[in-house]
Amino acid sequence: MATDANNLPPLALDVEGVSHSYGSLKALDEVSLRVPEGVFAALLGINGAGKTTLFSLITRLYDNVTGSIKVWGHDVRRKPGPALAELGVVFQSRSLDRDLSVWQNLSYHAALHGMSRSESRARAEAVVDLVRLGDKMDSRVAALSGGQARRAEIARALMHGPRLLLLDEPTVGLDVKSRLEVVELVRDLVSKEGVGVLWATHLLDEIRPADQVTVLHKGQVLADAPADEISGEGTLSDAFLALTGREAAA
Amino acid sequence: MSAEEPSTSLRAHRRLGWGGRVSAFRGVVWREMLRFAKQRERFVSALVRPLVWLFIFAAGFRSVLGLSITEPYETYVLYEVYVTPGLCAMIQLFNGMQSSLSMVYDRETGAMRTLLVSPFPRWFLLSSKLMAGVAVSVVQVYAFLAVAWFWDVEPPRMGYIMVLPALILSGMMLGAIGLFLSSTIRQLENFAGIMNFVIFPMFFASSALYPLWRMAESSVLLHDICALNPFTYAVELIRFALYGQLNTVALAVVVGVTIVFLGAAIFAYDPSKGLIAKRRGG
Repeated sequence: MATDANNLPPLALDVEGVSHSYGSLKALDEVSLRVPEGVFAALLGINGAGKTTLFSLITRLYDNVTGSIKVWGHDVRRKPGPALAELGVVFQSRSLDRDLSVWQNLSYHAALHGMSRSESRARAEAVVDLVRLGDKMDSRVAALSGGQARRAEIARALMHGPRLLLLDEPTVGLDVKSRLEVVELVRDLVSKEGVGVLWATHLLDEIRPADQVTVLHKGQVLADAPADEISGEGTLSDAFLALTGREAAA
Repeated sequence: MSAEEPSTSLRAHRRLGWGGRVSAFRGVVWREMLRFAKQRERFVSALVRPLVWLFIFAAGFRSVLGLSITEPYETYVLYEVYVTPGLCAMIQLFNGMQSSLSMVYDRETGAMRTLLVSPFPRWFLLSSKLMAGVAVSVVQVYAFLAVAWFWDVEPPRMGYIMVLPALILSGMMLGAIGLFLSSTIRQLENFAGIMNFVIFPMFFASSALYPLWRMAESSVLLHDICALNPFTYAVELIRFALYGQLNTVALAVVVGVTIVFLGAAIFAYDPSKGLIAKRRGG
C-alpha cells in the first residue's frame, strides 16, 4: 500500500532521488516526484530536459542505480514484474507494428501481459470504444491517421488495465484537432476511471491550472507544485521561462 | 485501495504466473508467424536462396566433385544429397540473422520497448523471441525439404521427423548468435557488416558445402577453421538426424554454443548490466 503516514491518497508513482548519467553527461540529477492516484500530473521540460530518460528508468528500460522508483508501492528495481504490470506506457516514438491491424497489436500487447486470448478480444473492444476507434479494430495501423494511431497506442496501453499511465510527449506531430482529442481522452480517463497519469510535454497549453506540474530542466527538478501555484500572478509560460532561464544563466 | 485490489472498470485479469507466461510465449510466436505470413517476399527469398544452390550450384559441382562414403551416408551420394543439410542450416542461419535485423529495426523504431516493458522476466521474453524465430525457420526448412524431395533428395521418411529436434536446436543456436549480435549493433546500416563478417564466413568455412576431410586435403588451416566453426556442428547435427542418427559431438557443441550466446544476449539486454543500458536513449 503506497500511502504515506499522514493518510494522503495512495501514490501511483513515487520517484525519490533518482540520478542517471550517459558516460560523463548527467541526464538526471536527484530527481524526485510523486503522482497520486487519479491525478493528472505534467512533467514539463524542453527537449533534452531528461523526460525520456526518466520514463526509461520508470519502465525499466534503463536501470536506476541511485534513488528509488515505486509504482503502486512496488519497487521497479526489486519487483519489476508487479511494477510493470501496473504501468501503461505511450512512448514518444511510434511503437505500434504498422503491418498489423489495431486488433493484432492489442492482442500482442495483451499476451505480453499474461492475458488469455478469450479475454483479449472483449478487452480490445472495450478500449477501442473508449478511445473512439471502434470502427478501426481491423484496420492496418499503416492506414490510420496520426491522431488515430496515437489513440490506438493509448488503447494498447490500457489493454492490461494499468493504474498508472505514462505518456511521453504523446501529441508531438499531431494537428490541433487531434491534439485536443488526445488530451481530452486522457483527462477523461483520469476523471472517470481514476487512472493516475504522468504526461511529459513541452507544450504549455496542454496544462490546466489545477494540474500537478513538475518542471524538469537539464536533469533537475526546478519546481513541483500545482500549475496555478507555479504561475503565481502571471502565466505559466512566464513562470516556466523565468525558471529555466534562471537555471540556464546559472 | 491496495495494489492487489483493482477498483476501476478498466481492470483486466492479468496473470503473472506460468499461465501468463504461456500466454506471453504464445503471443510472441503468433506475432512472429503473422509477420512472416505477411511478408511473402521473405518466405520466397528464404526458399529461393537454397533452391538456387541446390538446382544450379549443386548441379554444376555434381560432375566435378566426387564424394566417397562419408558418415552418416551408407553409400556414395550425389552432391545435391550431401549439400541439402547444409542448405537447411543455411536457411536457419539467414533466418537467425533476419531475426537479429528485425530486433535492431524494432529497437530503432521503438517497437522493442513494447516487448521489454512486459512484466515478465527479460530472459523469458528474449527466449520466447528466440523460439518464435526458430518456429519460422523450421517452417522454411520443411518447405525447402519438400521441394528438394522432387529433386531426388529423399532421406528416409523417419528422418523428416527425427530432424525436427535437430532443427530446433540448430535454430536456437543460430538465433542466439543473432540475438547477441543484435545487442551489439547500434544502427540498422551496420547490418551489412553482419552479412560480410558473420553469414558468409560461417557458411563457407563449414562442412555445409564440402566434407571436412576434403577441406584438409587442400588446406589444414582451413580444415581447422571449419572444425572450430559452430555452424559446422549445426550442419552435422541436421545431417545425421536426417538419416536417423545422432552426432553427439555436434549435439554437445550446438547446445553449448546456444547456452553461451543466449546467456550473453540476456546479459546484454539486462538493464542493470548489459550493453543496451549504456547507450543514450533521449
